[in-house]
Amino acid sequence: MRDALRLYLHYVRVSIRSQLQYRAAFVMTSIGVFLITASEFVAVWALFDRFGQVHGWTLPEIALFYGMISITWALCDAIGRGFELFGTMIKEGNFDRLLLRPRSTVLQLLGQELTLRRVGRLLQGMLVLGYAAAAGTIDWTGPRVVLLVASIACGVCAFLGVVVLQATSAFWTVDSLEVWNAFTYGGVTMSQYPLAIYRSWFRGLFTYAIPLGCVNYFPGVAILGRADPLGTPALVGWIAPLAGPVFLIVCLQVWRIGVRHYRSTGS
Amino acid sequence: MMAAVRPGPLRPYLAIVSARFRMLLQYRSAALAGLFTQAFFGVTLIMIYEAFYRSSAASAQPMVFAQVVSYVWLAQALLAMLPWNADAEVRAMVRSGAVAYELCRPIDLYGLWYARAVAQRTAPTMLRAAPMAVFAAIGLPLLGLGEWRLEPPASLAAGAGFAAALACALALACAISVLINISLLWTVSGDGIVMLVATAVSLLSGLVVPLPMFPEWAQPILRWLPFAGLADLPFRIYNGHIAPGGLALALAQQLGWTIALIALGRRLLGRGLRRLVVQGG
Repeated sequence: MRDALRLYLHYVRVSIRSQLQYRAAFVMTSIGVFLITASEFVAVWALFDRFGQVHGWTLPEIALFYGMISITWALCDAIGRGFELFGTMIKEGNFDRLLLRPRSTVLQLLGQELTLRRVGRLLQGMLVLGYAAAAGTIDWTGPRVVLLVASIACGVCAFLGVVVLQATSAFWTVDSLEVWNAFTYGGVTMSQYPLAIYRSWFRGLFTYAIPLGCVNYFPGVAILGRADPLGTPALVGWIAPLAGPVFLIVCLQVWRIGVRHYRSTGS
Repeated sequence: MMAAVRPGPLRPYLAIVSARFRMLLQYRSAALAGLFTQAFFGVTLIMIYEAFYRSSAASAQPMVFAQVVSYVWLAQALLAMLPWNADAEVRAMVRSGAVAYELCRPIDLYGLWYARAVAQRTAPTMLRAAPMAVFAAIGLPLLGLGEWRLEPPASLAAGAGFAAALACALALACAISVLINISLLWTVSGDGIVMLVATAVSLLSGLVVPLPMFPEWAQPILRWLPFAGLADLPFRIYNGHIAPGGLALALAQQLGWTIALIALGRRLLGRGLRRLVVQGG
C-alpha cells in the first residue's frame, strides 16, 4: 500500500513537471477555465437578482451547494483524467501496456495525469464557497467544518465512480461515450441547486443510482442547519456522504469485470 | 470541351463545404450520444427554471414559462452552431506550418476560411438539431412531460422570421469563427483567446441563461452586443417574445455585425499574414 502511494506520487510529480513546461499556456488556460466556470455563477446570480429566491432558498444558501460541487468536481476531474481519456487508450490498444506491468490498472490510470488546469474551476468553487461562508447564513461549528471537508472527499469518490463506469463502458463500446457527461457535467449542474427543487424521479436518480445528492445536498442541509423540505431526519446529512465511497467500491468491482472481459483492438 | 465546365467563382468554396460536410457526417454515433446528454441537460435546466417560476410572482417573470422552455430547447438543438471553439484543422495547420499551403491556393484566403467555418458550423448542427427538436416536440409529450415540450413557433410570421434570423445567426457565427481562427496566427497554442471568446459567446448569447433573465439595466447592453444575434434574437423571434414587428430591426442588427466582423477579419488576416513566420520546415 505504501509502495503504491509512493509510485502514485512519483507519477504525479512527472505529470506536473511535464505540464509546467508550457507555463504561459498553462496560465492562460487556467484563467480561461476560471472565466468559463465563473460565467456559470453569473447566470445563477442573475436568476436570484431577478427572482430573489427559489422555493425559499436564497443565493448564499445556493452558493454553499454550488461551491461544494465545483470543488468536488474540479478535484475528481484533475485526479481521474486517465479514466476520462480511457476511450482513446482502448482504441489505440495502449491498455495492453498497462496490463503487462505488475501494478493495478486503477493505480496506473490514476497516475496517467494530474490535470493542473482544473485549478481554475477549483479557484472559482472556493471563491463561491467563501462567499457562502462569509454571508452569515451559516453558523460555523467544528463538526460542520469537518462535515464540509468530508462531504467533498466523499463527493470526489462518487464522481470518480461515475468516471470509472464511463471508462468501463469503453470495454464494450470501444470509444468512450459522451452519454456519461450527463452524469458528470450534468451532475454538476444539477447539484448547483438543492435537490429538493427537482421532480421526484430525478431526485431518486441522483440519490439511489448515482449518489451525488448524498454527498452534496443532504450534508449541505446539515451544514446550513435547515430542516430538509424533503422531510429526512437531521442525522441523514451526517451519514449520507458515505454513499460516495460505497458507490466507488461498487464501480471498481464493475471495472474488474470489464478488465476480465477486455479484448485488445490489436492496433 | 473544357470550356463547357468552366467553374463559377463560388465553385471551390462549395467543394470545400461539401468535403467537410461528408467528413463530419461520419460521426453518427457520437451525435446520438450527444443527443442524450443534451436532452438530459435541457430537462435539468427546465426543472431549475420551473422551480424559479413556481416560487415567484408573474411580475418578476420576463417571459412566459412555455417561452423559456422553447428557448432552452432551441439552445440545446443549435449548440453546435455557436462559435465557441477554433477549427481543429486550422489549428493543426498553424502549428505544423502547413498553413503555408493555404496561401498557395489560388483563392481568397478569407473566403476559404469562411467556407470552412460554414461547414464546421452547419454539419454538426444539422446532425443534432433535427433529432433534438423531434425529441423535445414529440418525445417529451409521449413521456408524459408535455409541459416541457418545444412548442411550435408563436405564429406563421414568427416561424418565417425565425428561419431568416437563424440564417443571419449562422453568417454571424461564421464571421466570429474566422476571427477565432485568425487569432491562432498570433498565439500558436491559442487556448487563452479561444476560451475568452467562448465565455463571452456562451454567456452573452443567451446560452447559459436566457438573456431576458438578466437585470433590466443590463438589457440594452446585451441587446446590442453582437452575441445576442447568435442565439437570443432568433430564439425570441421563434417564441414570440420579439413580435414580428421587431423582426426587421433584429435582422439588420445581425447583418450589420456580420459585415463589420467580416471587415475586421479581413484586415486582421492581412496583418497576420504579413507578420506570419511559418513554423518549422
